[in-house]
Amino acid sequence: MAEKAKNGVSKGSPPPVTGWRRENGRVGVRNHVIVLPLDDLSNAAAEAVANNIKGVMAIPHAYGRLQFGEDLKLFFRTLIGTGANPNVAAVVVIGIEDGWTKRVVDGIKATGKPAIGFGIEGTGDIMTIAKASRAAKDYLQWASELQREECDLSELWISAKCGESDTTTGLASCPTVGNMYDKLIPKGVYGVFGETSEITGAEQLAKARAVSPEIGEKWYKTWQAYQNDVIEAHKTDDLSESQPTKGNIAGGLTTIEEKALGNLEKIGRECRYIDVLEPAEAPARGPGLYFMDTSSAAAECVTLMGAAGYVVHCFPTGQGNVIGNPILPVIKLTGNPKTVRTMSEHIDLDISGIIRREITIPQAGDMLIDIIARTANGRLTAAEALGHREFVLTKLYRSA
Amino acid sequence: METPHLLVHDKKDSVGVVVVEDLKAGTDMLCVVTADNSSFRLKSLMDVPIGHKIALADIKEGDTMWKYGHDIGKAVANIRKGEHVHVHNLKTKRW
Repeated sequence: MAEKAKNGVSKGSPPPVTGWRRENGRVGVRNHVIVLPLDDLSNAAAEAVANNIKGVMAIPHAYGRLQFGEDLKLFFRTLIGTGANPNVAAVVVIGIEDGWTKRVVDGIKATGKPAIGFGIEGTGDIMTIAKASRAAKDYLQWASELQREECDLSELWISAKCGESDTTTGLASCPTVGNMYDKLIPKGVYGVFGETSEITGAEQLAKARAVSPEIGEKWYKTWQAYQNDVIEAHKTDDLSESQPTKGNIAGGLTTIEEKALGNLEKIGRECRYIDVLEPAEAPARGPGLYFMDTSSAAAECVTLMGAAGYVVHCFPTGQGNVIGNPILPVIKLTGNPKTVRTMSEHIDLDISGIIRREITIPQAGDMLIDIIARTANGRLTAAEALGHREFVLTKLYRSA
Repeated sequence: METPHLLVHDKKDSVGVVVVEDLKAGTDMLCVVTADNSSFRLKSLMDVPIGHKIALADIKEGDTMWKYGHDIGKAVANIRKGEHVHVHNLKTKRW
């Protein structure tokens, strides 16, 4: 049952949280042992290992062959970042060949976390699956004895991206996330927002929310590069068929400006972003809000934020996006009473009381903080319970 | 407290958002401006789905439309006060 608006309003200090403190000091809120295929060819072996060893999770994906240049760098950053995420206890990597497999394993091991790789070439699937299954079993049993410890909510890295937006997103769910950031960022939380394309229409406002003119300029260059390199290079007419989406239009959003203004409500009233990140780049300027250059497609964006090290995701939705992620709990909140009624199994937090004027946005922000803490403490999200594990790599251009 | 039918972000806005399901033409709507909690009443001229917009004043073709206190595009038809505003009468100025 979705959280009802009248319940769960937290008062005073943020609720206590527990998590797994990893070898590098970061706090994770899940304890996954994952089998990470290096490439599309290794998905079958990875899934066989996860079938053999109950409780480990394979994360299949579509790429990893013949990528080069910036696209290859992004690929490694995403795979290594996913394995290195504090929600992951240990990683088994399986690749068709040893070289790139080792590169991913070494990248993950740099955090101090256990990771081991297996190459299929010269061995075959069956022997690889046998060896990798033994390793996965050892990791799983080891990880099962790792204990949660008390942590501070401020140690969590919390990402945000909205989807299937409508006009209630800008009235309720995005401002609720913004209110949460306004309350938690000053306490030392790392935040992040992205969706370069969906800020089109509010780009001057977004630029003005940087911590300094230099960072604002860096943001504007990123946005402009997206306009030039992606939109201008590939458009066939204009973006009206894609932005706003058909779902957005059904929900009442008319223009890209209107959508962008609603989207930007996610960063609250007070926060200033302190840096602009490449896709999947880990933030390196300390606690605060960051912007990441991402697609606005939900699974791609959340995958990149997970790879950057974020451990809990807040997902405001209007018309009802169903997204999840293999390693990040994705908390979905909506202010649309129709979506609460028709898609309740996907909604973790019902804040439709905002548009009925029964609760205020600061009250909804407290409710969100409360459910973030409960999720960190182990409450399964709707997406986790429903098995939504969307893991989608961002591809910059076609492979060699 | 009466539940509002229409929410308006900013005093400057030319549209509000329907926040109740099955809004019928002729409804005497309670409209609330979220920026300052002020309210006014407005009659809807047509059935409008939840989440969709209604014009707060008569608007001429070519006029700039405002929401969140910002420019969200231009009217591409004359729009009457109380009428549904969407892709048929509002477009971005961008393309």
